[in-house]
Amino acid sequence: MISHLSPNASERVRRRVLEYLGIRSVNELYSDVPSEMLLREPPDMGRRVNHVELERLVDSMLPNPPRLTFTGGGMADHYVPPLVDEIASRQEFYTSYTPYQPELSQGMLQALFEYQSLMAELLGMEVVNASLYDYGSALGEAGRFSIRVTKRKKVVIAFSVNPERKMVLRTYLDPLGAEVVEAPMERESGRVSLDSLRSLVDDSTAMVYIEMPNFYGIVEEEAEDIFGIAHSKGALAAAGIDPLLAALIKPPGELGADLVVGEGQHLGSPMSFGGPSLGIFAVRMDIRFVRQLPGRLIGMTRTQDSLYRSYCMVLQTREQHIRKEEATSNITTSSSLMALRAAVYITLLGPEGLRKLAEKIAYNTSYLRKSLSELNVFSIPFEGTAFKELAVSSSLSWERVNSHLLSKGVLGGFVVSKLFPEMDMGMNLALFSTTEKHGKAQIDELVDLMREVI
Amino acid sequence: MGFSQARWFSGDGVLEPTPFEAGRLGEGGLIIAEPEEELVEIVGGIEEIIPRKLIRKELNIPGMSEPEVARHFNRLAQMNYGVDNGSYWLGSCTMKYTPKLVMRVAEHPSIRNLHPYAPEELTQGVLRMLYELQEMLSAITGLPSYTLQPAAGAQGELTGALMIRKRIADLGERRDEMIIPETAHGSNFASAAMAGFRIVRVPPNSDGTVDMDALKSAISERTAGMMITNPNTLGIFEDRILEIAELLHANGSYLYYDGANLNAIMGWVRLSDMGVDVAHLNIHKTFSAPHGGGGPGAGAVGAKEELRDYLPVPVVVKEGNRYRLSYDVPRSIGKVRTFYGNVGVLIKAWAYLKMLGSEGVRETASLAVMNANYVRKKLIDSGFEVPYGRDRPCKHEFVISLAKLRKETGVRALDFAKALIDRGLHPPTMYFPQVVQECLMIEPTESDSLEELDRYVDVMREIKELAYESPDELMKAPKRSAITRVDESFANKVLWLSWKVYEKQKSQGELDR
Repeated sequence: MISHLSPNASERVRRRVLEYLGIRSVNELYSDVPSEMLLREPPDMGRRVNHVELERLVDSMLPNPPRLTFTGGGMADHYVPPLVDEIASRQEFYTSYTPYQPELSQGMLQALFEYQSLMAELLGMEVVNASLYDYGSALGEAGRFSIRVTKRKKVVIAFSVNPERKMVLRTYLDPLGAEVVEAPMERESGRVSLDSLRSLVDDSTAMVYIEMPNFYGIVEEEAEDIFGIAHSKGALAAAGIDPLLAALIKPPGELGADLVVGEGQHLGSPMSFGGPSLGIFAVRMDIRFVRQLPGRLIGMTRTQDSLYRSYCMVLQTREQHIRKEEATSNITTSSSLMALRAAVYITLLGPEGLRKLAEKIAYNTSYLRKSLSELNVFSIPFEGTAFKELAVSSSLSWERVNSHLLSKGVLGGFVVSKLFPEMDMGMNLALFSTTEKHGKAQIDELVDLMREVI
Repeated sequence: MGFSQARWFSGDGVLEPTPFEAGRLGEGGLIIAEPEEELVEIVGGIEEIIPRKLIRKELNIPGMSEPEVARHFNRLAQMNYGVDNGSYWLGSCTMKYTPKLVMRVAEHPSIRNLHPYAPEELTQGVLRMLYELQEMLSAITGLPSYTLQPAAGAQGELTGALMIRKRIADLGERRDEMIIPETAHGSNFASAAMAGFRIVRVPPNSDGTVDMDALKSAISERTAGMMITNPNTLGIFEDRILEIAELLHANGSYLYYDGANLNAIMGWVRLSDMGVDVAHLNIHKTFSAPHGGGGPGAGAVGAKEELRDYLPVPVVVKEGNRYRLSYDVPRSIGKVRTFYGNVGVLIKAWAYLKMLGSEGVRETASLAVMNANYVRKKLIDSGFEVPYGRDRPCKHEFVISLAKLRKETGVRALDFAKALIDRGLHPPTMYFPQVVQECLMIEPTESDSLEELDRYVDVMREIKELAYESPDELMKAPKRSAITRVDESFANKVLWLSWKVYEKQKSQGELDR
């Protein structure tokens, strides 16, 4: 009996309905299913668990979260303001569907338009779609987008691009028979080597793509030159960026990027073991680009009687439900609620809150770098400017370091060789991250604990 | 029961001003954290960290105080309609009620605050939940191996199609065609195309199921597989599904199952017993995770033994009493997104299935089907036309055609839908599937009460009568939602895609209004 979830589960209602239908049992509703495939018994899923039991079970399964998380590698432990959780908990938002009926869905439509508008400002771009799944699939879509726009089939990316995202990009491009070429990194700075990049970009290049910060936490300071190289060969200049970094440095749009992707989960959403996330996808206002955009787009408009400003989905002829196999992407359900969270977050922090936050992260990163490089067994192998993430090389086993940290409730660096040996380059690297949740005291504690291992 | 949606109005045609109008550009905002003075003393000025030439000078984002932001977004919420407001019969979308307990479980601090690269000691609980979810999905579908990585149904389709593609390449075969029924969800076509397949369409026959003769002539040595939804988008069970599977398998082709409509048959028919090789399930439809206004969802993909080695990495495995993420999938298609999937969404499905248990799963499906049949019969008895499948029970949804009404009154399915809005009901899916003229696709789900079902039908009957009496009235609907009918063609003409684009056009004097 599931009457707590289904009002018509009661015997009384059920009998009434079946009588109206002229049948004796719900089994007759499945009379069109060939009997040889009909299950006689329900699948074995165990008995149903009541509310109190379920909460008790969940508590018993989950250990307490760590006190401090310094793990990097593409995700970091950011603070979530209570207002973001509260707004995202409004059922009008979270239980609604994609806004197919704009008159009944102005709230979500306007919030998504605001997300598009705020993100466009933050990135220095003009058009942002209403969300993709995550940073990785946004990069995958970017690769496909660049191939559609330029009708070329080679994508040049920096070696220092996050390897999880590289994998997604390759999965997305594989069916197109596209070639993905990696431009090497300068060992000293941790930035992409401009000379190598220049030699790889040619008339068959659809897109040149770098990340800020890159996998090792390094900011590509020569982004403008890199984009220039792309443009000189008619390729799209593309960047992946941590949107918080965009509050501190000149945004990719200002540096000449045609296309920007990124992860919006950092903007007011919890880590949740990696997802749900928010794929950011932004382009310049160029009608060739806009017509090739993947995903939903919200536009501002007016009502037919001209009484009200209003919002609705636009350019739906790009999309799968109309264009089918000619669509720019298969995406339908994407990440609207996460875009709403980002919109609330950006509006709440405003220009000053975002700037201070980004500065704090920059200071923390700088201090962590300074403190760790004073310990003789740890070193910071790359000289370039680092933001939020920091690659640390060690002559000790990271397993030893991290298990000591964990015994004190602290999560240490992500050991690169564990999942991505090709990204370790024999340096025994771990990626740390530091966010606004840390202050000097927390960083000092981390460094003291690491000193204890020596 | 009457209805009037909130309509905040600030004058001059604007309901709720955007932050760009209400806030102070480039000024203010909530400081949640700032550099510590001590660190500034140690490190120096910001230009000691970031090269001066790179430092951003202008950030033209509006600043507002917390109460202003709270009011702004709460007003927007009031101008939106959710499942907890009322009936939401959006066909193929399964707008069922989300139990609040599943929301709370997913918000558990030990899940929220868990880094994806946290050590195994800390991930045992969440990995166990994911593993148990896979086991429960296996029990429901009969497909032994699962990935929970795809972020939505369409990404699940892409995943499945890529798995088929790679398997075929490994067999050294050249099969590049995917067969898809004309009634299929649009994403099937797009996903198969993204995976590099050419699409071959098959039409439905007069009873709404796949035309077997057309299918037979579509199958060739080029056929990689077929994507099918069962029950299909007309709400009809494809009763020759086994024959379809056998035809494909005999030809060396694969059967892909689109799980968008699984709510009708979970606990009653297993996908493996229908001959399915690989399938995606929509966690946000069948398994009660909310839709979030267009995501995040999740699209679990299940596969039979032959395709197991092609799943994306990593997969969740159990060794003794330990759970682990394994990258040992020899022929994996790679990754379709970063990390492991929309875990916060998947946990809701785990909690939901725990709440249902064996009996509950089967009962849920039968109640969804019962409600759909009840509404269908009531509508037929009220003179609505159901062009397909009247000779048999429908499953969780069905499709009505308003072609006759349009011919006689000029009222279109679109007008009909807008009139429903004025009566506080979210309209059904419109104009899909395209094989039915002027159609509405109706899926009441198991969450509506008998009174709500009756009311919706009464309203539909009333609107139909109104269409004959005063069709002009209906064509002016809606009047009682936050705004009147949107001008979508204007939206597509001006393309105000962001505030910046709008302001630029305004400053160039290109604005009509």
